[in-house]
Amino acid sequence: MHGYGQYILKRLGQFVLVVFVGISITFFVTHLTPIDPVETTISAAAAFGSTSPEAIAMLRETLRELYGTEGNVIQQYVTFWGRILQGDFGPSLSAFPTPVSELIARALPWTIGLLVTATIIAWVLGNILGGLAGYYRSNVLLKMSGVLAMGLHPIPYYIVAFVLLILFAYVWPIFPLSGGYRMNLAPRWDATFILSVLYHSILPALSLILVGLGSWFMGMRALVSNIVTEDYVQYAELGGVNRRRILSRYVMRNALVPQMTGLAMSLGAIFNGAIITEEVFGYPGIGSLLVDAVHAGDYSLVLGITTISIVSVAAAVLIIDLAYPLLDPRVKVA
Amino acid sequence: MRVVFDLLRTNIEFAIGMFLLAIVVIVSALSFVSPYEPDLIYVVFPDMPPSAEHIMGTTSRGQDTFWRLTFAMRNTLLFGLSVAILSRILSLLIGLVSGYLGGAVDRVLMSINDTFVVIPLFPILVLFYFVMRDSMSWVGLAIIMACLGWAYDARLIRSVTMSLRTREFTQQSVFSGMTTRQIVSQEHLPYVMPIVFSTTMNNMNWSIGLEVTLSVLGFTNINTPTIGTMIYWANQHTALVAGVWWWILFPVLMVVILFIGLFLLAVSMNEYIDPRSRLSRMKGAA
Amino acid sequence: MTTLTQPGAGAAMATPDASVRPVLSVEDLRAYYVLDLFGVKREVRAVDDISIRIMPNEIYGIAGESSSGKTSLIKTIAGAIQPPLTVVGGKVHFDFRGKSIDLYSGAPADLDAIRWRHLSYIMQGSMNVLNPVRRVRQAFIDFAARHIAAPSRRAFEEVVVAHLDRLHLSPHVLDAYPHELSGGMRQRVTIALATVCKPEFIIADEPTTALDVVVQKRVLAMIREVQREIGSSLLFVTHDMSVHANLCDRLGIMYAGRLVEEGATSDLFASPKHPYTQHLISSLPRIGDRTPREGLKGTPPNLADPPPGCRFHPRCPMAMEVCRTVVPPFVTAGKGRRVACFAAEPETIPDGIANATRSIAA
Ligand SMILES: Nc1ncnc2c1ncn2[C@@H]1O[C@H](COP(=O)(O)OP(=O)(O)OP(=O)(O)O)[C@@H](O)[C@H]1O
Ligand code: SF4
Ligand SMILES: [Mg+2]
Repeated sequence: MHGYGQYILKRLGQFVLVVFVGISITFFVTHLTPIDPVETTISAAAAFGSTSPEAIAMLRETLRELYGTEGNVIQQYVTFWGRILQGDFGPSLSAFPTPVSELIARALPWTIGLLVTATIIAWVLGNILGGLAGYYRSNVLLKMSGVLAMGLHPIPYYIVAFVLLILFAYVWPIFPLSGGYRMNLAPRWDATFILSVLYHSILPALSLILVGLGSWFMGMRALVSNIVTEDYVQYAELGGVNRRRILSRYVMRNALVPQMTGLAMSLGAIFNGAIITEEVFGYPGIGSLLVDAVHAGDYSLVLGITTISIVSVAAAVLIIDLAYPLLDPRVKVA
Repeated sequence: MRVVFDLLRTNIEFAIGMFLLAIVVIVSALSFVSPYEPDLIYVVFPDMPPSAEHIMGTTSRGQDTFWRLTFAMRNTLLFGLSVAILSRILSLLIGLVSGYLGGAVDRVLMSINDTFVVIPLFPILVLFYFVMRDSMSWVGLAIIMACLGWAYDARLIRSVTMSLRTREFTQQSVFSGMTTRQIVSQEHLPYVMPIVFSTTMNNMNWSIGLEVTLSVLGFTNINTPTIGTMIYWANQHTALVAGVWWWILFPVLMVVILFIGLFLLAVSMNEYIDPRSRLSRMKGAA
Repeated sequence: MTTLTQPGAGAAMATPDASVRPVLSVEDLRAYYVLDLFGVKREVRAVDDISIRIMPNEIYGIAGESSSGKTSLIKTIAGAIQPPLTVVGGKVHFDFRGKSIDLYSGAPADLDAIRWRHLSYIMQGSMNVLNPVRRVRQAFIDFAARHIAAPSRRAFEEVVVAHLDRLHLSPHVLDAYPHELSGGMRQRVTIALATVCKPEFIIADEPTTALDVVVQKRVLAMIREVQREIGSSLLFVTHDMSVHANLCDRLGIMYAGRLVEEGATSDLFASPKHPYTQHLISSLPRIGDRTPREGLKGTPPNLADPPPGCRFHPRCPMAMEVCRTVVPPFVTAGKGRRVACFAAEPETIPDGIANATRSIAA
């Protein structure tokens, strides 16, 4: 497996590069803008909460230390990396003195639970339907779902989420307006709590699936209609190979290869989606945490979340990349 | 130019896309004859439903929704266009150089490229806003997004250039002593330009979508009228719950029109470029 | 059943024995590429008015230069057409042992039922006919497992391995992915795939073109061997006349979408009647012969707008006035021979025009 070993090394290199570049960008964004981040943050924080001069002085000091404003840019850059490699983003300012890492650890399971599940469901359903629609082109039902997907596609996700919320939480209140579980419940591993979590996740998940489904559907349909013109599909049809087998093993199977990359990308983009979903549905994940952190001027928390999202995106891509050769035997050679 | 007419005549998707885009452009252009200053609030009676006087009603901030929308549309469109143009320049440069030079240069550039493809933009943009706060203008945002959003299309352009490089006319130009720059600009650009145009549409959809998302959350300069900030203000005043639906509906409608228009243009242009999908189109008809 | 598979021995086949029914009869077949490019409608008449009969156990070759419509004809016969290629007239009828079918009027399910069991097809450019992400073994299972009565998967595999051996392929190819095989191996795997069920009718479109001469010879020998062993008919397309000379019992020559001459291979080579056939045969290299070959002037016609009359007339050294306007009929010309040429069969020139032509010639 010499080829595969080399492949793994290359992918690992790419992973390191993504993390490196991503985090460097966050550094330069925070350090090279003409704005003094400390003062901006302080004014935002002051507007948000306590304004006593001592508190502000203390805040200023903590911030200076956090931003690493001592020394020249290179030194700052090195200190910055030092902190990040230790996973130490200091205490959160808005929830002082809880460490940022703890806040993130608390929010992460919510985001991953909701978004990863919804993304995967949308991916599976979208690919199956899109594959069928691409293969059985004359089926009226599938054609109509194609039109539906086309129509739904350009509507911004935000709108879909909002409309769902209004319909099923205000107009016909069968689902809760916000939250991740019932208010008076304590997070515990028991049936009531889990059911409550599931119940609260239905509407946000539905919005994500609805939107995701459409784009997977269209992507898959386009791929499939290209693949059916490939020689090997036509030949299998000529060979009288079972149609269902052609669809699953020749058409879908081969379209899966590029769709898998798409899945990696969208798992990576989960943090983009998380923000809106969690804002609209008041869901207690990373997205809500980030929005609150921005509004509260909590620099360390914002930085922590950004870093975590860069690393997890890179990790998601790495995992998919490593699994890729199992899907497409040609990769090993390349 | 002839291509445009051909497409208009024969490709219904292109025609619809053009039509939708024309609506958007006309609406934006109307901002120049607006009877209201864009920055003033409480200039008309607030919360009026659509009527002859205010065809899209008025907002809770005392602005005429329609005229406000013309400014918002103009800014949104300009924003999308700026990002598209800036990032096209980057992806063209990197794609052409990488595809033409190949070898180590290509490997390095594509490594960087792949990195940019996967880096999560949204948190970075939020961080950017976090630092800049209200001094963040849409121009700044456009520059940042262009710097982060070129990668995907650079790869596309690179692969086209790679295939062009092996073609006969390139070899001939090499023999006839043209410099690399001449070859790339005179021989390859004509093949690459259509791709640049069609990716422009997708890129605009992407950047405008992100801008709307950021604005809706209040993560841009909320005093510049854009489609996103309009929705932001409507939300701040809980417009939907308060029954001021026109404040949300019309901006959303406009942006959906824009999205569909750009999407259709991109699809039909791709079809024009890629003979394979043209073929499958004929199959669909048969 | 008579086995007449020696090249040249097909003279007897040329006059079909009334008691033996043809496996394949193609009648007045017409298949066009119906194109609609940005509103401009075009028809490429790639298969125009073709009739062929092929007997059991016979190897029938189709020759003709590139773009003469060989692949289009063969696809239509194999029922492998896809838009824009459309059948606009005629019929294709197969008469297998115990099963007959009309290709373009029967139900699709009937067609599926005969595929690979009775009828198999080796596509032109068969480099990509194997799914790149599945192992070769899977292809054999998908295509052939239904048709080979084997008590177990192992027994089935033994049959396959034995067949691969016939084509000098090791059993290891079953575990390979297509991209791991060389071009020649892939070609042979496709041939093995098409013949493993011992179908009665095999259609092969340039199965050896991508191969170097040595491998080509071997593969041809194997095809023949397999064909003889399973006693099937073979419809074989190539533009390489020397391959035809070595392989086929009968030959059909195509020019610009039409069949222009047909006959037993030996007869055809000995006395070609159509000027195009004469050209094809005279341009074959002969050992010791160093006279420069005279090329055919002009280019093959555009099939979207073929010349009226005989399609060969713009390039024909013997063209007459009548050739410009009247289509020469494809008529019997001697034992087992058919030809479409006024110069070869002057009696087919319509009366009025014949007189006119004669008077011009005089
Ligand atoms: N998909 C298509 N659309 C339009 N025209 C086509 C298509 N495929 C083939 N043709 C045209 O049909 C004619 C016959 O093509 P065909 O492939 O049957 O030739 P051929 O004799 O098999 O040639 P070759 O020896 O090169 O394989 C050609 O003029 C070709 O241009
Ligand atoms: S019919 Fe006339 S043009 Fe055609 S081949 Fe015969 S002589 Fe030549
Ligand atoms: Mg051919």
